[in-house]
Amino acid sequence: MILKQRRLGWLLFSFLALGMAIGLLLLAASDTVTFFFSPSELAQQPVKQDRRLRVGGIVAAGSVQRTGQTIHFVITDRVHTVPVLFSGILPDLFREGQGVVAEGVLGEDGVLHAFSVLAKHDETYTPRDVAESLKNKSQGKRAPETATVPSPRETATVPSPSGSAPAGQ
Amino acid sequence: MHCFAKLAYRLRHARALLLWSSTLTVVLLVIGLVWGLFFSPADYQQGEMVRILYIHAPAAWMGLFSYIVMAVASAVSLMGKYPLANLVAKASSPVGAVFTIICLVTGALWGKPMWGAYWVWDARLTSMLILFFLYLGHIALVNAFDDYGRGARAGAILAVIGFINIPIIKFSVDWWNTLHQPASITRVALPAMAMEMLLPLLVMGLAFTAYYVTLLLVRIRSEIAAVQVRASRCSLRSIGKRL
Repeated sequence: MILKQRRLGWLLFSFLALGMAIGLLLLAASDTVTFFFSPSELAQQPVKQDRRLRVGGIVAAGSVQRTGQTIHFVITDRVHTVPVLFSGILPDLFREGQGVVAEGVLGEDGVLHAFSVLAKHDETYTPRDVAESLKNKSQGKRAPETATVPSPRETATVPSPSGSAPAGQ
Repeated sequence: MHCFAKLAYRLRHARALLLWSSTLTVVLLVIGLVWGLFFSPADYQQGEMVRILYIHAPAAWMGLFSYIVMAVASAVSLMGKYPLANLVAKASSPVGAVFTIICLVTGALWGKPMWGAYWVWDARLTSMLILFFLYLGHIALVNAFDDYGRGARAGAILAVIGFINIPIIKFSVDWWNTLHQPASITRVALPAMAMEMLLPLLVMGLAFTAYYVTLLLVRIRSEIAAVQVRASRCSLRSIGKRL
């Protein structure tokens, strides 16, 4: 029994030591572990020019302008904003009010010249008809905080193919 | 070897459990798949693509769960002589590896249409890939030694050390900015998922759990059979030497 307790002690000790080592390692490298910076983080600690970086936030409402192939929009976290210039294919989920992550190089003018734009999905899962009625209720008011209200193009697809009453009800 | 003989005798009772778990797997899997793929509603943003969730999330849970089982069994086996603990650890790692690769592949298939990329090196995805490599390393290490006991011991040390990855996977979405969305179900507020999606997901979670138990039992039984074969070969060889 003593031997077993001693082994358990060693096991716990070495595991804790290793855990702390890895924890410190990740803490030190959190700048590189993090996938993107928010506009506020970018405002606090300015980055070098021509360093590749990713900026994540919400596409500001009314900011999307298309001129030919290039698209211009503004990423916001409701405190600070970063303007983005991008030419290429946007993901399907891209729209105003949608969370996105743009990767590119920050120009001297403070504009992010992006070479890729990814859509960030949030953790809410809502059936189409529920989203529909929620939207109707909150019409006229400000959009909800998560601000992932579907655009008119999206809401035109009622009723969804299998969006009727589920089996369990 | 006589401890294995006792173990094999005790595991006769496992046959009833195996029958239950395999029946439960089939029933829950049929209910969960039909419910999830045909009767649950489409998401207002992801549309029909949301249905990958019913495979992806349970596979991810079981990928983590298999590792926790493996690490606990390994810690127990490092503390003393517990032949069953070694067998559980050895049986659990290939099952967990398959669940993890299912999670990674379905995630990639979902990521392309939703995010716009099959793969990104964010903390959640990378730590899940590390989990897969830990499983592969464990499988290789356990089988790398001629002596069964030494292989089991080396594998147990790797499994315990690698356990540090599990909380990293779980909390990666909270600690760092990731492209992967944060947890929808295990959070302080209510689940951020509509009931008619959450229920089939939970049924699928139970189905995958029952499947894991089934596979674990089958693998432990075959592992015991392999030990018995090895033991009888050894005794045959020693008899041959004496003659």
